[in-house]
Amino acid sequence: MNNTRIKTPQAAFGKLLLNESRLAWRIPIGAGMGLGLPLLLLIVFGSIPAMRQVSSDLGGSSYFALSFPILIVTTVLALSIIVMPRSLIQYRETGILRRLSVTPVPPSSLLAAQIVINLAIVVAGLIILTVAGVTAFGLELPKNFPAFLLAELLTVTSLFALGLCIGAMVKNDGVAQGIGGFLFFALMFFGGIWIPRPLMPAMLLNISNWIPLGSSVDAIQRAMQGLFPSLQSILVLTAYTLVFGYLAVRFFKWE
Amino acid sequence: MTQNPSPIAITVSHLRKTYSNVNAVEDVSFVVNEGEIFGMLGPNGAGKTTTVECIIGLRHPDGGAISVLGLDPQVDRDALHLVVGVQLQFSTFPDKLKVSEILDMYRSFYSNPANPEELARALGFGEKLGSYYKTLSGGQKQRVSVALALIGQPKIAVLDEMTTGLDPQARLDTWELIEKIRDRGTTIILVTHSMEEAERLCDRVALIDHGRIIALDAPYGLAEKVTGGKQVRFVPSKAFDDQLLKALPEVKTVEHQGKHVKVVGSGQLINAVILTLAKNGIAALEIHSEGATLEDAFVKLTGRHIHEESKD
Repeated sequence: MNNTRIKTPQAAFGKLLLNESRLAWRIPIGAGMGLGLPLLLLIVFGSIPAMRQVSSDLGGSSYFALSFPILIVTTVLALSIIVMPRSLIQYRETGILRRLSVTPVPPSSLLAAQIVINLAIVVAGLIILTVAGVTAFGLELPKNFPAFLLAELLTVTSLFALGLCIGAMVKNDGVAQGIGGFLFFALMFFGGIWIPRPLMPAMLLNISNWIPLGSSVDAIQRAMQGLFPSLQSILVLTAYTLVFGYLAVRFFKWE
Repeated sequence: MTQNPSPIAITVSHLRKTYSNVNAVEDVSFVVNEGEIFGMLGPNGAGKTTTVECIIGLRHPDGGAISVLGLDPQVDRDALHLVVGVQLQFSTFPDKLKVSEILDMYRSFYSNPANPEELARALGFGEKLGSYYKTLSGGQKQRVSVALALIGQPKIAVLDEMTTGLDPQARLDTWELIEKIRDRGTTIILVTHSMEEAERLCDRVALIDHGRIIALDAPYGLAEKVTGGKQVRFVPSKAFDDQLLKALPEVKTVEHQGKHVKVVGSGQLINAVILTLAKNGIAALEIHSEGATLEDAFVKLTGRHIHEESKD
């Protein structure tokens, strides 16, 4: 008998991850909301000729081109604040986290597995969106690719931190759905899904710049045009990541 | 093969746990020996589950000390969970995982795990290994939960209401498995409110009520000690002098109930009564003998039945 330590923590985490992948495959809400919805919007927006018209009001861009950064952010938003918090809350409500806390594997491993799975879906979604946008609808590749990746990275970290924060503090699945749904549309509004940022009144644009989604869309948009994200958007997104991340860690309830 | 040469597996001394001014556990002390099945019996809300949750490190005690195989559950949680397998009340698993996938994952947490197929077969859900958790009946889910407590081949297994919701056959199968596992040297703590389960399985039982242990002994010894022993009822073939029986060392009381006589006592009570009567030319007809049960003991100690809600 040598049960004095875990055989290999990697093996245990691998099994955890495997089962989380099976669940993501068998209940494909994540893929539906994070891949399906943005892809559908891309196809709809890209198929309306009026939306593809270049306009000087939009700074020489088209509604369609401006919607692309928003669709990217939609993918991240759906998985981070709707799909992931629901899983975490269900795992807490049904005692799965509690059960794990009396095994040699800490329940934080399940949290990590959730983050990995949802990140994987996000990455897949972003690749599919970008490839589809460029090949099928003639979008230009981002002119500053490193800046594009940095903007996406900051979008992911800030929104995942926000999602973890919701998962950490909200106890009830129904409440989480309400909060997630509200935040989804509120953030989308400030990101410019209905009024593109170039058309926003100055005050609205100013608010948008301080909101996670507004600064994300701004950073991605600038990268598409070959510019580096503004210092403000980098700082805002980093700050949201740190604050939400801290709150999530500080207030996470295991039962 | 154990790191701890002492035959004591668990020591709990003066444990106290309070939830928002309610004393869930007032003052509980006991010792569990290695290789025994130790029962914790009591009504809902008596403090059994809270005590066990302190032992497995799920809760911080407000007072007292606990040692599990020499480990402090608050300090050495990781080391503890390698050697203690736990079945919690009300724990569930994702609907869309197959039973074998859940077992396989928990198996990977331990260095010397049991064979999941064997365990599933012994617990009677072998044919369900390939099914989604969702499709299992309540009793089958319960047995999966017991299997997960045992899959790491723990030195101590803590089982909280393990046969709740099981049909009679599944209960018997589960009891048999638990006895087998004990025979292999595993120490078992069994939380239950089933008298039958405690009597059948436990080497020793702690009766718990209102956050305190009110009695602790082997099930039959405890029942006899508390209730004053066993009783025999019979119809005598003719009238006799009570002193005849009262003089016997085994007899405590003699009571007439219509044509029946009820004799309460201990030891070889029935033999003593029948022989004495026979010597005096009296036959004891319609003999009915009852050992004291844990239920009797509980009623005697608390003034109510174990399934009645405790009223504070």
